[in-house]
Amino acid sequence: MSAAPRPWHASAENIALPVLALAGALLLFGLFVWLGGHSPVEAWTLLFKGAFGDAFSWQNSLQRAAPLMLTALAVALPARAGLVVIGGEGALVVGALACASVPYVFAPPANAFGSALLMLAAAIGGGLWVVLAGALRQWRGVNETISSLLLGYIAIALFKHIVEGPLRDPASLNKPSTKPLAEGLRIGPIMGADGFDSWLGDVHWGLVIGLVLCLLAGLWLSFTAHGMALRVVGGNAKAARLVGLPSTRLILVACAAGGGCAGLAGGIEVAAVQTSANASVIAGLGYTGILVAFVARQNPWAIPPVALLFGGFGAAGSLLQRRMDLPDASVLVLQGFAFVLILASEALRGKLFQRPPLPRLRRVPKPPTAAPVAASTVVPLPTRGADETPAPLVSAGGKA
Amino acid sequence: MTTSDWMDLLLAILGGAIRVGTPFLFVSLGECLTEKSGRINLGLEGVLVFSAMAGFGGAYLSNSAWVGVLVAGACGALLALLHGLLCSLPRVSDIATGIALMLLGSGLAFYFGKPLIQPQAPQIPSLVLGAWSSSPQVQSALSINALFPLGVLLAGVMAWGFGNTRWGLVVRMAGDSSDAARALGYSVNGVRIAATTAGGFIAGLGGASLSLYYPGSWNEGLSSGQGLIAVALVIFARWSPWRCLGAALLFGGAGAIGPALQSIGVSGGYYLFNAVPYALTLAILIATCSPSRAVKGAPMELNVSR
Repeated sequence: MSAAPRPWHASAENIALPVLALAGALLLFGLFVWLGGHSPVEAWTLLFKGAFGDAFSWQNSLQRAAPLMLTALAVALPARAGLVVIGGEGALVVGALACASVPYVFAPPANAFGSALLMLAAAIGGGLWVVLAGALRQWRGVNETISSLLLGYIAIALFKHIVEGPLRDPASLNKPSTKPLAEGLRIGPIMGADGFDSWLGDVHWGLVIGLVLCLLAGLWLSFTAHGMALRVVGGNAKAARLVGLPSTRLILVACAAGGGCAGLAGGIEVAAVQTSANASVIAGLGYTGILVAFVARQNPWAIPPVALLFGGFGAAGSLLQRRMDLPDASVLVLQGFAFVLILASEALRGKLFQRPPLPRLRRVPKPPTAAPVAASTVVPLPTRGADETPAPLVSAGGKA
Repeated sequence: MTTSDWMDLLLAILGGAIRVGTPFLFVSLGECLTEKSGRINLGLEGVLVFSAMAGFGGAYLSNSAWVGVLVAGACGALLALLHGLLCSLPRVSDIATGIALMLLGSGLAFYFGKPLIQPQAPQIPSLVLGAWSSSPQVQSALSINALFPLGVLLAGVMAWGFGNTRWGLVVRMAGDSSDAARALGYSVNGVRIAATTAGGFIAGLGGASLSLYYPGSWNEGLSSGQGLIAVALVIFARWSPWRCLGAALLFGGAGAIGPALQSIGVSGGYYLFNAVPYALTLAILIATCSPSRAVKGAPMELNVSR
């Protein structure tokens, strides 16, 4: 008899499957550049050099990982409640706009408190944007994946309209922008203004915010009753209804928290990187966040390392472009391969640490009457229980 | 604005409805076929971008627009085949796969399309139906993408085929009850893979229409969500090919409002007018869907509309 999967199987697979999928994606990427007449070994070397080769590339990778952590939370938190929301890009853009427009409404104190107010505005903006998708699903039955993506396009159009119209700083000639934030409102580097030579260089506080929020989100989901209720709603909506959980409220809270994180990412991009809202904020960080969340299997604690990896690949993109003359979209291709393989790897779940194959058929003992054993008494072994376990997060198309 | 201004605007929108609506028509027909078989392919956005690039490249290299159209269809089919195969694996959701294809399709398109941003490719010819009029506005409104009549024909063939042919019934059965299809000896996955691939081919024709007719060039912002809108249109069209045609024209008209206003000299709110199709799609989804019941006409195995 094939034994039920032992507990370590499940957790080992949670790590082994994504690692295998990423390795496969890198292999496929090597094949891809090789077909284009480039050296795959050089591509792999440059990918890791550009991502983690020296202090400068580490700083670049960390810099890029910060917003990815937050946009990944925007996918992961609603996913734990059973929703496939991919509106991180829209929430990020709304957050950036909200952050940059606060000084137009009133003059916030130019200190840390003022920065916090700006970040709050960004988080509220992003949160409301994703809540909209969740609410439309709960109250109107609108598919949240489609609506969140549509909302993203609408957000980008609104952003461009407002940044190039009502809120445009007349001094921004070539690149329409809002007025730059006052010096005191910006988010600075962790090591301070003259920490440029330290190993963290000018990596800004957004990294810490991202790490802390991933940690908190994981604690919330794993160790609080509220978080557990959320996972029940996401895992089995029928069970949640039977025990009387307020599904709609929990789902909306998850959407608000996720959207708030993505909005915060937008605010941080404005306050720490761009110093004003302009088109550079729309850089596909929300889309890469989707991939990060899926590779991390929607687990907030797994998000930081995955975000660092993909931030690193993003950082290596320009090196690939410079040294090998590959198009800047090569990182997008790598991401696409990784996404496809991470989904395909789910099919291996429960099979990775299987014992050597057992005989599939077993003969039913002869009945005592010694009747001839017909072929129909050959019965297959029951399939292994692990094969039937639903994976609510990745197959999240199923809804109540 | 004078009366003649209004007339010009109306004509520009009507002409634009066909010009802008043709890609919507093909993608929504492709999605309609896919969804009839019981799967949703959100990746048609990626298919649209990728096939637009491939079609442009094909036309540029072969110096023939129709070769480009075929290349676009074939590349669309290839990408959709990947969707079909992935979704046939256990525990792989079609929604998540669609998102992955969206990223992969645009990544591949941007990668291969880099050298195609500058050159010109031969364009799909126009059918000039407005020669009877002396007004240049009427003539330009009635100069129609040669792919458009093909799309109308396809809508008719699909509508008839779903009701009257063996294959149409098999596809619908796979979408309405996989148990029934299995009981009759059809491979549900096989039918769905075939339907998804064929849907990808049809959507690829929409990509060719984008890069080889209107706007008629390749750049990275070419589609920006039109594939996704088309997917949503299928819900609005309640899975009927004829209604897909109507919806595509409606959305073409909505998308043409911005350029039409610009052509008569109204330039404010450019981005807002460009966002009209997205907002309209959302509004229509809100009006069509209901939390308590599936949308009328939805394939039973489909979980997009629930």
